[in-house]
Amino acid sequence: MVGAAANGSANARDELQLVVDGASKRFGGVRAVEGVSVAVKRGQIASIIGPNGAGKTSLLNMISGFYKPDTGSITFEGQDITRARPAEIAALGIARTFQNIALFAGMTVLDNIMLGRHVHMRSGVLSSLVYWGLAQHEEVAHRARCEELIEFLELEDLRKQQVSGLAYGLRKRVELGRALALDPKLLLLDEPMGGMNQEEKEDMARYILDVNHHWGTTIILIEHDMTVVMDISHQVNVFDRGRKIAEGTPAEVQSNPAVIDAYLGAGSHGNSRGGREAA
Amino acid sequence: MTLEITLPQLLHRNAQQMPARAAMREKDRGIWQPYSWTQYWEETHDFALALAAAGFTAGDKLAVIGENRPRLYFAQMAAMTLGGVAVPAYQDAIASELAFVLDHAEVSVIVAEDQEQVDKVLSVKERLPHLKLVVYDDPRGLGDYDEPMLKSFVAMQAEGRDFGTAHPGYVASIVDAGSPGDLCLFSYTSGTTSRPKGVMLTHANLLNAAAALAKADDVRSSDDHIAYLPMAWIGNSLLSMALHLWVGFTTNFPEKPETLLRDVRELGPTIALAPPRYWENTLTAVLVRASDASPIKRRLFSLFRNIAERAEMRRSAGEAVPVHLRLGVAIGEVVIYGPLRDQLGLRRARWAYTGGAPLGADTFRFFRAVGVNLKQVYGATELAGLCSVQGDREVDPDTVGRPFDGTELRIAENGEVQVRSASVFQGYFKQDEATGGALTEDGWLRTGDAGFIDRRGHLVIIDRARDVGKLADGTAYAPQFIENKLKFSPFIGEAVAFGDARPFVAAIVAIDPTTVGNWAERQNLAYTSFQDLCAKPEVAVLVRGEIRRCNGMLPEAVQIRRFLVLNKEFDADDDEITRTRKIRRGFVAEKYASVVEALYGGRSEVELAADITYEDGRKAVLRSTLAVVDVDDGLAPARPELVAAQ
Repeated sequence: MVGAAANGSANARDELQLVVDGASKRFGGVRAVEGVSVAVKRGQIASIIGPNGAGKTSLLNMISGFYKPDTGSITFEGQDITRARPAEIAALGIARTFQNIALFAGMTVLDNIMLGRHVHMRSGVLSSLVYWGLAQHEEVAHRARCEELIEFLELEDLRKQQVSGLAYGLRKRVELGRALALDPKLLLLDEPMGGMNQEEKEDMARYILDVNHHWGTTIILIEHDMTVVMDISHQVNVFDRGRKIAEGTPAEVQSNPAVIDAYLGAGSHGNSRGGREAA
Repeated sequence: MTLEITLPQLLHRNAQQMPARAAMREKDRGIWQPYSWTQYWEETHDFALALAAAGFTAGDKLAVIGENRPRLYFAQMAAMTLGGVAVPAYQDAIASELAFVLDHAEVSVIVAEDQEQVDKVLSVKERLPHLKLVVYDDPRGLGDYDEPMLKSFVAMQAEGRDFGTAHPGYVASIVDAGSPGDLCLFSYTSGTTSRPKGVMLTHANLLNAAAALAKADDVRSSDDHIAYLPMAWIGNSLLSMALHLWVGFTTNFPEKPETLLRDVRELGPTIALAPPRYWENTLTAVLVRASDASPIKRRLFSLFRNIAERAEMRRSAGEAVPVHLRLGVAIGEVVIYGPLRDQLGLRRARWAYTGGAPLGADTFRFFRAVGVNLKQVYGATELAGLCSVQGDREVDPDTVGRPFDGTELRIAENGEVQVRSASVFQGYFKQDEATGGALTEDGWLRTGDAGFIDRRGHLVIIDRARDVGKLADGTAYAPQFIENKLKFSPFIGEAVAFGDARPFVAAIVAIDPTTVGNWAERQNLAYTSFQDLCAKPEVAVLVRGEIRRCNGMLPEAVQIRRFLVLNKEFDADDDEITRTRKIRRGFVAEKYASVVEALYGGRSEVELAADITYEDGRKAVLRSTLAVVDVDDGLAPARPELVAAQ
């Protein structure tokens, strides 16, 4: 399973797992992303920060195959996935969560997480219907994996509850569980802490770090809370108006004049937009 | 009764006599996973070897901190196996409280459930000179810790097996050498008046109480028990360890505290022990859900509740139950009582105990009426847990039943209950003076409770003996007795009564947030926070009504004349109550001295500055003006405001 990733050789650790090279995406006259290059090493937590409309989510959508880039290329573990369909990309081991939670509200927590195992299920319709042999064996194995995740995310008391009745912070946690059920090699998290209170944010940050630690999963994180980003990231990419304006370790980014000027809102431009985000 | 066996010897015997039977079941990943008696013994055996390899020997102390987990029991049994002492600590205690107990007990090994508990221990390790080893059960989040003392339970057991290969037969020979008179457990009292005291108990102390209980209530090896009470509470050690080993039933461990109710329902334990608070909260939850149900269901519920309680009152008074009531009860059993017991996980319960404090007569009657064999028990940490229980056919909310076989009771001249049995403790650890004060010269335990023995031979407890005071005119009054009458109201969470050397009785009341919140919703009474709710004049009127009702059950001289609704709950983190939820009367009187003065000074309101501690340890000062209310008079409004928080 994914556990193998954590035990990879030192070489594999330094290997670039995901390379986005000069990707651009336009919607009519709007340049959402322009010539952006991002490289993420295996086992790292890379963050993308930037004001609203900077192209962060568009980049995630290109990686996960929801958008096709107009120019440029995306390579995952040496394989070109620029034109791949979302399902193919998921099968390669890239999972994601969404900014505004995409769960099946009428289903239980357990069923939502089980859905994430779909990509690993092999039994056909007929054998699933009679629930015998492979289908039964598979179901048990997948349920075991889901129970592992439920324990990991501390959702034991909620496993049989409908998602629609859960608080916002808990739904975000369930969504993370579903993404993890894919056993991803790369996990894309789009504002996993949006709308959470301080305590929920701290919990979520702990889960993200634990995922990274425990399974060696590479994580790309979009987040507005600067404290969290600077605390847990190995590498930070700063976006502004569709372009990448800086990258580096949290310390480097925080002292980068271009970032302070354009994004963190030092006030030299009187940029009200940046000021709010930095808060 | 003398029992020539130790707890580890019992464990070894059980493993040989019923190797494949389930000793424990732990719910893990949604499934109840059994541990056989053989596994219980082997896990304990391997951990004992690891302790021995680490230098743990007879007389050393091992503490466990956490929720009930099988490994914490393996660890305790392993310590006893080597002739050591187990010290279970309160898992929700803050680090400084823990440090006191761990240091005082001279603990050399600590087995902690998880990262949270390990963090607490490591934060105070400088204060623990005897500490050599910290072992954790759940490795999560502990991978990066750079602490030479820290080891995982699994790694310990692996080391133990290596040690065992080099020293064959090591554990077996030590187990056989154990004596029932050896100390095996330090159970720290929760300390209502002072620092916790370490009650020293032997194998014989615990097993005597277990054997007496097993005999009194016919405990069988086919029984199912759920271990969920705080591990540090003697009642838990008695049931989940001593009685478990003595009878050989199955102890079950819930998945998490949050899943307890669901796990209880799934499992259906056949025996149960719970503090009064559990039964009160359960009844409240049932009533709240019943009142939220559809009108037809609501009517059915109240109709059959009424029938059941009328029948129960006849039964407990020894009268015959008329045919029409019996018919109603039979129908109710199918329609309401059976399904209700099933929902509460009590469908298979042969009996259920309530102990530690009195339970309200209304609550008591309700559970008995719907077919739960709820009984009161009495005991003390110094008596290895329990010493009396009510018989199935003589249950009565006012008594705590008859003493166990082999337990003698007497009432001292000052009204104090004194007990003598083979379970009387060996003394408080390192506190000879306190030990001397707890035992009479002829070896009876002074329980500190005032009580009497009624005509049937049942023990009746009135109050803590030292709390029984006198009003200014010399009338004797028992504050806890009054408080318990108050707490029987579903709207009152906690109460403290005053009156010693005062002209009349007055009380500070903390309301129950759930029931009062629910009541406020029903009344269309808008409120923002709990403090706001507490300060509502309507709430004061509600509480005044409850107090008037309660006064009706009290002699006129000790009726409550004035009261105040506090704007917070009493909290163990603020030292106002103990972890076992007993009011620390002296501390409260001191902390709220200004309130007490206002209660007796005739003033109608009082300014209160309360220090409160948030869960993360931050402190703040809450300033507010609270209304003092005359029970037989009108009301003044109050305005709380949060002035300073730091």
